[in-house]
Amino acid sequence: MTESFDAMGLVREGVDPKQMRRIILTQSYRAHVGHIGSCLCVVEILSALYGSVLRAQGPDDPNRDRFVLSKGHAGLALYAALYLKKWISQTQLDTFFADNTLLAVHPEAALQGVDFSSGSLGQGISIAVGAALAARIRQVQRRVFCLISDAECNEGSVWEAAMFAAHHRLSNLQVILDWNRVQAFGRTSDVMDLPNLAERWRTFGWRVSEVDGHSVQALVDSLSSPSDSPSPHLVLARTLFGKGVSYMEKGIPLTQKNLPVEPMNWHYLPMSPEEFELAMDEVERSD
Amino acid sequence: MRKAFIDTLCSLAQQDERIVLLTADLGFLAIEPFRDRFPNRFFNVGVAEQNMIGMTTGLAEAGLRPYAYSIATFASLRPFEFIRNGPVMHKLDVRVVGMGMGFEYGHSGPTHFGVEDVAVMRTLPGITVVIPADYEQTATAIRDTCDVSGPIYYSLGKDDKTLMPGLKGRFELGRIQITRSGSDVAILSMGSISSEVDAAANQLEQVGVHVTVAVVSNFNPNPEHDLVELLKQFSFALTVEAQTISGGLGAFAASVIAANGLPCRLCTLGVRTPPDGTSGNQQERWRKNGLDRGAIVHNVLSMLRIQPAQ
Repeated sequence: MTESFDAMGLVREGVDPKQMRRIILTQSYRAHVGHIGSCLCVVEILSALYGSVLRAQGPDDPNRDRFVLSKGHAGLALYAALYLKKWISQTQLDTFFADNTLLAVHPEAALQGVDFSSGSLGQGISIAVGAALAARIRQVQRRVFCLISDAECNEGSVWEAAMFAAHHRLSNLQVILDWNRVQAFGRTSDVMDLPNLAERWRTFGWRVSEVDGHSVQALVDSLSSPSDSPSPHLVLARTLFGKGVSYMEKGIPLTQKNLPVEPMNWHYLPMSPEEFELAMDEVERSD
Repeated sequence: MRKAFIDTLCSLAQQDERIVLLTADLGFLAIEPFRDRFPNRFFNVGVAEQNMIGMTTGLAEAGLRPYAYSIATFASLRPFEFIRNGPVMHKLDVRVVGMGMGFEYGHSGPTHFGVEDVAVMRTLPGITVVIPADYEQTATAIRDTCDVSGPIYYSLGKDDKTLMPGLKGRFELGRIQITRSGSDVAILSMGSISSEVDAAANQLEQVGVHVTVAVVSNFNPNPEHDLVELLKQFSFALTVEAQTISGGLGAFAASVIAANGLPCRLCTLGVRTPPDGTSGNQQERWRKNGLDRGAIVHNVLSMLRIQPAQ
């Protein structure tokens, strides 16, 4: 097997969560930009999708499964997956957050490998519903996957889409809900509580599975397991905001000591040199 | 224009299996012919305009050609950001159909006044905006724009009986249509109020004022060249639209005159005041907003400094 080492010393094989974390940290540090916690917590979900679940001969394969990153602020995690998939180059990846780039914080369909643009919450799931309905109308086996966040369920349009998908029994649609319990201005339990999340989706007519959102195998099993259910599938993925960097998981702003300890800190904060060093060191030492 | 729209769409759909019709639970006694002929390509999404437009993005990306139907305000204003971020940003062949533009739902109250949709859609350079003046032009426009690349917004009226004299169903993207010619003043008209403009032109002819009437039925691409060629022949022009005055036909004509340095004085008739809670039929709403034939005649005569006959 030929190994291809790139400028970062990474081996681009598979869509390895550890390598994704390295890329997320390195690129967000270089760009001095936040949304790090949101990216880190969906690493295993994107690894499961791009490493195993999504059926695609390549980014331009018209019959490929479709994926909508509805929580577009995790765009860098998607770029990391596309890079490890060899669908975008190191040169392209290094334009993240640069002027005149196709790699903004939120993904654009103009970039090869991005099926749909996103960035305004509550819209991606409707697009996914349309894509799933299109596959049914055209009588093709294509499947559609969509990643939403828990706070995104604040948007009423999410539930419009949920109703349509259930009513029309779009069993080729699977939505992964990143259940990290943190949103931009605090914990979801404080901002807009979402109790009985699984039950809500079941009530809307969805088949619901609850999985460890940091177990690639559990995610692959859940997304790939055949089901006789005619309903769309909601995978409730329990995740930890900032997963893989313990001070982010705990919400500790190491440099900006004036801020209170809150998980939401790492929704927006960029890393200082010391924070970057610590974060990379922890990821390197991880299994 | 509802019947013209659905009949034309049915004939297109007969030839083109990509065509899909979605409605947000509206179109009673209008869109059933499509539902009955193409049940597998018809979807009532329920009262959910945002999801309807979001879905069109996924449908069109897969090669289908979705038409999304609702009352003009609900089709354009409610899901505006979905239109912007979906069909427009992705450059997809989505058709959004807003029904009852202007005051066609005048009795339904201000929530149903479709007086901003054209201006709002014009703010998006990536979407073609089509505003037919009557049902014959609707049929032509729906048919001739079917294969246009990229999204289209249609602002349609309900009227399937009134014809704009002289229009004869003509339509061409990026062009205007002259429906009558006269040398004293040019009146530009948009949408189903055009027949009222023609009636005003008849009254003006009776007092010796010779009027050219031009129907402006589309933007993006803008009919700027035609408008320059027309307005450079006139010292006086008037625009008439059942839309708010910001961003629609009047604003477009003003920008064309200013940008091209045309020596043409412009009077813009449109909705200038916010809703006051009242409602009424379309004719009454036109009167109330100074858009009816009497107001058009009065404004033309004032511009020409002719004393109206008592």
